[in-house]
Amino acid sequence: MKKQSVEKKKKAGKDFQTPYTLTNAVVKGNVITKLSLLIMGLGNICHKQIVKGLMFLAIEVGYIFFMIKSGIYNLSMLPSLGTQEQVEVWNEKKGIYEYTAGDNSLLILLYGVATIFLTIAFIIAWKESVKSSYKAEVLAKEGKHLNTFNEDIKSLFDQNLHKLLLSLPLTGVLAFTVLPLVFMITMAFTNYSKQDDHLVLFDWVGLTNFKKVLNMQDAIGQTFWSVLGWTIIWAIFATFLNYIFGMILAIVINRKETHAKGFWRFCFILSIAVPQFVSLLIMRTMLNESGAVNVLLKNAGIINKSLPFWTDATWARVTVIVINLWVGIPYTMMQVTGILKNIPAELYEAAKIDGATPVQTFFKITLPYMLFVTTPYLITTFTGNINNFNVIFLLSGGNPTPVGKTAGKTDLLVTWLYKLTVDKQFYNLGAVIGIMTFIVLAIVALVTYRNSGSYKDEEGFQ
Amino acid sequence: MSKQITSSVKVRKKITNVIVHVCLAVLAVIWLFPIFWVILTSFRAEKGSYVSTFFPKSYTLKNYVKLFTDTQVLNFPKMFMNTLIIAIFVCIISTFFVLSVSYCMSRLRFKMRKPFMNVAMILGLFPGFMSMVAVYYILKAIGLSEGSMIRVALILVYSAGSGLGFYVAKGFFDTIPKSLDEAAILDGCTKFQVFTKVTMPLSKPIIVYTVLISFIGPWIDFIFAKVICRANADYYTVSIGLWRMLEKEYIDNWYTCFAAGAVCISIPIAALFIYMQRYYVDGMTGAVKG
Repeated sequence: MKKQSVEKKKKAGKDFQTPYTLTNAVVKGNVITKLSLLIMGLGNICHKQIVKGLMFLAIEVGYIFFMIKSGIYNLSMLPSLGTQEQVEVWNEKKGIYEYTAGDNSLLILLYGVATIFLTIAFIIAWKESVKSSYKAEVLAKEGKHLNTFNEDIKSLFDQNLHKLLLSLPLTGVLAFTVLPLVFMITMAFTNYSKQDDHLVLFDWVGLTNFKKVLNMQDAIGQTFWSVLGWTIIWAIFATFLNYIFGMILAIVINRKETHAKGFWRFCFILSIAVPQFVSLLIMRTMLNESGAVNVLLKNAGIINKSLPFWTDATWARVTVIVINLWVGIPYTMMQVTGILKNIPAELYEAAKIDGATPVQTFFKITLPYMLFVTTPYLITTFTGNINNFNVIFLLSGGNPTPVGKTAGKTDLLVTWLYKLTVDKQFYNLGAVIGIMTFIVLAIVALVTYRNSGSYKDEEGFQ
Repeated sequence: MSKQITSSVKVRKKITNVIVHVCLAVLAVIWLFPIFWVILTSFRAEKGSYVSTFFPKSYTLKNYVKLFTDTQVLNFPKMFMNTLIIAIFVCIISTFFVLSVSYCMSRLRFKMRKPFMNVAMILGLFPGFMSMVAVYYILKAIGLSEGSMIRVALILVYSAGSGLGFYVAKGFFDTIPKSLDEAAILDGCTKFQVFTKVTMPLSKPIIVYTVLISFIGPWIDFIFAKVICRANADYYTVSIGLWRMLEKEYIDNWYTCFAAGAVCISIPIAALFIYMQRYYVDGMTGAVKG
């Protein structure tokens, strides 16, 4: 007996394990618990948790009703994605052509995916109900207290607070982030594209799109590799130049001898306080062929031909990186300022006594310390830069674009994705590129993030 | 001898000091130049985007008047109201979402905590609007893509996923000592009461930060609004409006109005942002200073 209770404690002590699992319910549960495998909530109703039981039952009835009404049809259409084309039929009575409704593959796919989501949600609810029935049975057998409905509600504000607080945000994330994402990912395996006119009816094509994008010989594949190359160059430059220059700026402003620190900080922060799309659109018009910069330089007699900011590939690439510095340096400065103040002053004093130059102290003390603290921040900026839609789209729009190409010389994977989906309507290729972007990022980010100090040492401060 | 050394060190220090200040001044001018220029443009009397001089030849307030009264082609006041309404709702919903998720992740311990954090991290890696087209079709399927429902759709799009952006607030909650929670629980508080009566009052900086960030979101977003509004000009937000003013058919008449609109939007946003960044720095350094 004693041994058992010790074992139980051991088990309970292990993170969040309970004896009320699905397998235990199936193996050890009595008839009523086993019946509640079929009729959700039965166990709860029999043990006087009537409202809870009825809620489980309502979920089951609702789900079955939904499945019969449309769910089964939705799932059955998924493999074929619809075959019925919209046809014109001559209606003799009315004397007009009528259209019979054809299948719309996109809606079939969407409803199918949504139905799968609902089914998964239902299975989770079903597992919960079985566990809850079993728990009621065991507690009743042991003569322990069973929670009434009111107590259940109360527990939502205490032990189960996370369920209360997380339910709405989680629903939002599932419906507007996860569901669309899965929907989009499935598109990568279809031929949903304007090419060959597959905008209404399309089919599963397996990995064809991936092969096409990765194939160096194919036009799309060539574009993919060159865009990928530029995206990575851009992200590295944008991230590290911003980081280092931002830090130097913050250090210079933070120096003891610098006067009017607040004023300098204000100047730089003002430039990012202006909404990004406003400042970027202004920059774009200023650097146009007949924009302010060119006109002023011409009038001053410095140049006699407009500088090709957006028309020459190299010029455009350098310009976007430089303008991104304009956008990014104040951000880094703002974020770094607080952390810089936290570096222990003894380190600097010791370095000074040892005769280190400012450059040495920067590379030997400041930079390592900052790198340790700000790794997560660096990763987020890196991913942010790979996905930096605004700067490219609003500044250069990806231009200059060679004739006949789908992507321009400054297009990143994301802006190319936008062009492919919104402008060209090659939805399948767009989805593939989204997935490829994700893979690149996931490899970089997960490895570094999991090894960073702030992830491992989460509770270091508490 | 030693006096000479110290004085030469002093001189050198002074010189570097002057150089540093001059550099800062030059940089500040570069950084403020576009802002200064757009303010000048907003008061410029000559139309069109072509300029031949840096300073306008004559000044006028007509650009501002036109922006708010000429509602025939581009209805700026309406766009402004649209954005304001959306921003207020988004602000309420996302603040609630972000604070509750980050409190759960920081303070409560439950089975799905670590998995949820990892999944949130992974979801953050997908290009933001990769799913935009899909979101549009979902909104269409539930009937939110036409008429005044577009506003609801935009509110949902901006706020529904906000629960994933819990990192900053979680980092802040992490710095509040756990002993405070434990003391409150010993005094008979439920965890919900700990949340509302202990954690929240200590978290003013991060609450202000979250409120402002989510309020600013709809004003500065461009791409989501564009995909969802499509051609429904009645529901445009300011950012699409300003973008359209620079399109070929409008730029000649509307360029200076664009500058005026940019100034009008930027002043409140910039004020909020500068007010907020103080709280942001506080939020980064933690709640209880040691």
